Amino acid sequence: MNWEFIEKYLPMYREAAVLTVVIGSIGIAFAILIGLICAMVLYHKVPVAKHIVNGYVELSRNTPLLAQLFFLYYGFPKIGINLNAELCGVAGLAFLGGSYMSEAFRSGLEAVDKIQEESALSLGMTKYQVMKYVVLPEAISISIPAFIANIIFLLKETSVFSAISLMDLMFTAKDLIGLYYKTTESLFLLVIFYLLIILPVSVIGSLVERRLRYAGFGN
Amino acid sequence: MPDLGIDVLLKGSNMLRLLQGLWVAMKISLVSIGISIPLGLIVGTLMTTRFKSLKVIFRIYLETIRILPQLVLLFLVYFGSTRALGWNLSGEMASIIVFTLWGTAEMGDLVRSALVSIPKHQYESSEALGFTKGQMYYYIIIPQTIRRLLPLSINLITRMIKTTSLILMIGVVEMLKVAQQIIEANRMTSPNAAFGVFLVVFILYFIVCWPFSTLATHLEKKWR
Repeated sequence: MNWEFIEKYLPMYREAAVLTVVIGSIGIAFAILIGLICAMVLYHKVPVAKHIVNGYVELSRNTPLLAQLFFLYYGFPKIGINLNAELCGVAGLAFLGGSYMSEAFRSGLEAVDKIQEESALSLGMTKYQVMKYVVLPEAISISIPAFIANIIFLLKETSVFSAISLMDLMFTAKDLIGLYYKTTESLFLLVIFYLLIILPVSVIGSLVERRLRYAGFGN
Repeated sequence: MPDLGIDVLLKGSNMLRLLQGLWVAMKISLVSIGISIPLGLIVGTLMTTRFKSLKVIFRIYLETIRILPQLVLLFLVYFGSTRALGWNLSGEMASIIVFTLWGTAEMGDLVRSALVSIPKHQYESSEALGFTKGQMYYYIIIPQTIRRLLPLSINLITRMIKTTSLILMIGVVEMLKVAQQIIEANRMTSPNAAFGVFLVVFILYFIVCWPFSTLATHLEKKWR
């Protein structure tokens, strides 16, 4: 292990890690938003929109992110839509993550007992209040484990961004291996930085999960 | 209608090459899943036994494999292990190793959680009814476990097929790579090929994965 090399290229990795985290979090934020909207559409069985959402979920769950990104990055400019690599990364992650988040929220919403909604309605709450104060909080607490698993999954998926020449951790590692043949050091740094990004999420996730386990009604 | 370049695929053997690329990816995922399922069954069963040390070892294995992106694992095996151990590894071989390691970990966890989810009274009642150990597993426990396990394992197959798209990054010529080659070769005659060809790749992936995931959802609903 050549520590000098590691010290020299540490800043490069740090920059790449920041890029991964920034694009990852923006993409995940959009994925959550899309997921929430899609889950609401499915839960309320909105006509027409329901079918569109179902189609979207099937399409995005059954294709790999890499194929989606290539299509966005190389295919879209040919029909006049130019996106830069960063935007493609965010869009791809949001497209992929939206369906996973939607499934997580939907199963949470469906797990909330009907009696909760009925009691809230009989107490004189409006439909909107029922959603905001009763159903959503319970549904979210039920879907937290799936939700955290999705965040980790999406963070891991960001590793394919290097294929559309985003200078992320994978790109940096591959570059350094190609340039200097310092395979061991480059891969060591790669693993360390991915652990630095994903381990905290996983640890915080399991803590949150433990706290929320009893949040559902009747436990 | 603008030229979307789908006609490139109709020239010569381009479509056939694309499908061969898909077959390479399918072959790697099918071989890996074929090895992972039996190994996963063993690992998962061992994780529910009383041996503490065994549990800890498998737990560490599982968590390490899970925390790292599959692409990092591919790099570690393809670039790292060849450097460290001095052997020669083809891209296909490296992918099979990685997908088997990953599949075994995932499958093991699925088997473990399926076994744990069988309520204790199922064991106790079958004992109270006078079943022998073998009968208990054969008639009571294993059928219930399979019902919980099968949909999830089918989902794992879809995930595996999708993840094989990554192997292009370690130089295996699979569908996406073939698509790139076709687009490059026809750059002059059909500059818009990127749209059409990648669209077809996208659709092909969907056609392969969709039946599996639909089957899994169907079984899940039916056996709930």
